[in-house]
Amino acid sequence: MKTASQPSSLSGKEFVPSEAEVAAKVQIRGLNFFYGNHQVLRAVTMDVPALQVTALIGPSGCGKTTLLRCLNRMHDLYPGNRYEGSIHVQPDGTDILGAGVDPIQVRMRFGMVFQKPNPFPKSIYENVAYGLRLQGVNQRRELDERVEKALREAALWDEAKSRLHQMAHNLSGGQQQRLCIARAIATDPDVVLFDEPTSALDPIATSKIEELIVELKKRVTVMIVTHNLQQAGRISDMTAFMYLGELIELGETNRMFTNPTKPQTEDYISGRFG
Amino acid sequence: MRSEAFYRKQEVLGRRRRALDQGFRVLGMVLTLGTLGVLGILLLNLAVHGLSRIDWQFLTSFPSRRAGEAGILSAWVGTLLLMLVTAGVAVPFGLAAGIYLEEYAPKNRWTDFIEINIANLAGVPSILYGLMALGLFVYQFHFGQSLLSGGLALACLVLPIVIVATRESLRTIPSSIREAAFALGATRWQAVWHHLLPYSTGGIATGVILAMSRAIGESAPLITIGALTFIAFLPPAPLISQPPFVSFDWLFSPFTALPIQMFNWVSRPGEEFQSNAAAAGLILIGITLSMNATAILLRRRAQRNIVW
Repeated sequence: MKTASQPSSLSGKEFVPSEAEVAAKVQIRGLNFFYGNHQVLRAVTMDVPALQVTALIGPSGCGKTTLLRCLNRMHDLYPGNRYEGSIHVQPDGTDILGAGVDPIQVRMRFGMVFQKPNPFPKSIYENVAYGLRLQGVNQRRELDERVEKALREAALWDEAKSRLHQMAHNLSGGQQQRLCIARAIATDPDVVLFDEPTSALDPIATSKIEELIVELKKRVTVMIVTHNLQQAGRISDMTAFMYLGELIELGETNRMFTNPTKPQTEDYISGRFG
Repeated sequence: MRSEAFYRKQEVLGRRRRALDQGFRVLGMVLTLGTLGVLGILLLNLAVHGLSRIDWQFLTSFPSRRAGEAGILSAWVGTLLLMLVTAGVAVPFGLAAGIYLEEYAPKNRWTDFIEINIANLAGVPSILYGLMALGLFVYQFHFGQSLLSGGLALACLVLPIVIVATRESLRTIPSSIREAAFALGATRWQAVWHHLLPYSTGGIATGVILAMSRAIGESAPLITIGALTFIAFLPPAPLISQPPFVSFDWLFSPFTALPIQMFNWVSRPGEEFQSNAAAAGLILIGITLSMNATAILLRRRAQRNIVW
């Protein structure tokens, strides 16, 4: 689906998005979300630009993780959850909340990396290969190639290549999180969703993950929930500020941090609450 | 500034507290050793009476009117086949029920009700399972007083144990593992089959073995459905020389089992039959203890191999 972007990312040159590619990858329109009778998201409307990093910030309980988990329909796994509105994914424009859309298909297009590294208690290789196997890739050679590619893109290949068939839990926390990233990108998803991916990691492991995310946007659209404003400032192109289930403001990260238009955004960014 | 009296009082109190502590330690030790002692005496008693009786002849002979020629061949074969039927029924049903309740079922009043009743079922006296099996399997389904009826009765008896063991081992798997699988596009079935079951095999196997070691010693339900106490033949072999090479006739064969053979011998007069009973008891205890030991080993290994 992102074949148009791949040649430029392989060239190694500084990536300049063409006009078509800065277009919205995901269009969220009037999204309401309910846990039972409790409304958590209120009329969220936003565009997520293709091949950029969009950060979701806001105080605890503002709905940013809930919003992220709407995108891969994770809420469907638990009873009593309800969506209203639409989320269109380009280029095909499918409404992933639409009737008849299989959440499983949605999850194959939206990779996810969780707060705490959660590798399967299997080998490094099998962790990365699992998503591919789910999509019907069974040929040993193709699996080998794509596992290697994903591990390279997750900057884990050099550390892992000699022990691909050892248990993933022998890796350090930061390595495990990079393994989870490799697992999420191995299937070439359209979008990768990061849910506070560095909150359980030390500063060195964190900076590696951040570099990786910036590198990733050459070929995949990234959304990241973060509690760490500096992190949003360092790695994101766009920042969305949420408060009490509403999207207060969305804009280029530089402008959001220097010149926010809404007073709540300014209060949050300047540390007056949070 | 605290007075000298204060310190003296503290010292006395301290001594009293330590004495209490020491007292409980001794009491606990005595009670524990006492319990173990009873078990030890039981084993010793069985060994004194029965050990000399255990030999090749004892294992390969049918019961007999002459105690010296009697053996437990039909009993241990019966027990083995019963366990085969019991495991063959209780494991798939228990696994399926456990997986359904833990991974699929919605959490509502209905499933709470089912959950409480599974716990209750585990506490139902085994003779009631015997009565149910007699009415249902023997009379209603016409399975006869057979290995099939006996195995089914025991399967019902241990089913709650298997269900609870399955659920508990599934519950130890963190939800983040489930979400990792779902986020990659796994269905519930794939998450169960590729991840949850493999990661909980140790716990489930432990539960199954404990369930089997419970079933192996049961006699009440088997007596209720009419297991015979004197069987001088073996059930038809499960493997035959003509196609299709497997036969299920053995399922409908009358049977006896170790605890029943033991019961029969205990109720006879004569020193020699008593030592036969003790020997059969020793073998039964040996099987049970080694099953439990396997369960413990399995649990240890499972805990060592999987870290979250």
